[in-house]
Amino acid sequence: MAVDMNMNVLIVDDYKTMLRIIRNLLKQLGFENVDEATDGGSALMKLRDRNYGLVISDWNMEPMTGLQLLKEVRADNKLKAVPFVMITAESKTENVVAAKAAGVTNYIVKPFNAATLKQKLTAIFGDF
Amino acid sequence: MAKLAKTANDDGLTRRLDKIAADAKPVETADIAAVVDAVMQTLSGDVSAGEFHLYHEIEEIADYIQSAKREIAAIRPDEIREHYIPSATDELDAIVDATAEATGTILDSAEALEQLAGELPAEMAEKLRTLSTRIFEACNFQDVTGQRITKVVRALKHIEHKVDAVLAAFGEGHGQKPEKPEKPVEETPADADDESKLLNGPQLAENANNQDDIDALFASLK
Repeated sequence: MAVDMNMNVLIVDDYKTMLRIIRNLLKQLGFENVDEATDGGSALMKLRDRNYGLVISDWNMEPMTGLQLLKEVRADNKLKAVPFVMITAESKTENVVAAKAAGVTNYIVKPFNAATLKQKLTAIFGDF
Repeated sequence: MAKLAKTANDDGLTRRLDKIAADAKPVETADIAAVVDAVMQTLSGDVSAGEFHLYHEIEEIADYIQSAKREIAAIRPDEIREHYIPSATDELDAIVDATAEATGTILDSAEALEQLAGELPAEMAEKLRTLSTRIFEACNFQDVTGQRITKVVRALKHIEHKVDAVLAAFGEGHGQKPEKPEKPVEETPADADDESKLLNGPQLAENANNQDDIDALFASLK
């Protein structure tokens, strides 16, 4: 099945630099409709307000963390099927275990490169 | 140890010791000296060798406390708390701001290169895009270093709290006590899921799982 490159993608990070980096890397991969949020709470509002085909979120944010956002997304019947990729500097085993238990689709550790991002998105959507 | 003779002063001494304990404050040297005096007053008649040894021990403890107070005062913990730690955190904040600004400028240039690539022949455009991708990847550093600096600032605040505790333990005259002591960093309450234990920021390379480790772990989890 072909990947819908026009899908809305929501990226969530409290570092504006990271939002810019991820947006640019997604653009290079062909994703043009990229929206941004700087914390879990505002991300959740956007997710409930518009259809998104993918969420890429940081973990360590305030007041709502990426893990809390993930749990909210998975608990919401309308959102629970949206692929959710965590991109975070939290690299401890217990973090990966907790994220997986909460239903994360894939996990990328910072600093990351374009090839890793593409690999994880290919694992979710197939080749593009 | 030789048994001390009980005198009428014993009850007064007991009350005094109880009061010091009840106050729950650091014991002042003057109080210890007063207790020693009171102990000596309870000694009627000849002082035995054991009793003399006890007195000497208490006197040494009082000297030790006085000496410790002088040494702590010489370190100037109030300066550490009021000048050095705030100054260090300000400098670290400035580093984060400066790197954020520099990274923004670098990203501006990388985005301009991307735009330029659209106006060039395909082969040249591809080379330019590869370079801009490397720049985007390299700019990851700003987030990771920012988080590392945040960890250092948190550690400094922890030290500040410990200095406050030292000041409080040794009482007035050795630096200002905090008006309203902050909660120590490690006592920050966790949320219902105790997620605070999972917020550790970047690990040092030798302790961190890399992407391959994480991929293998992720694949092993059901």
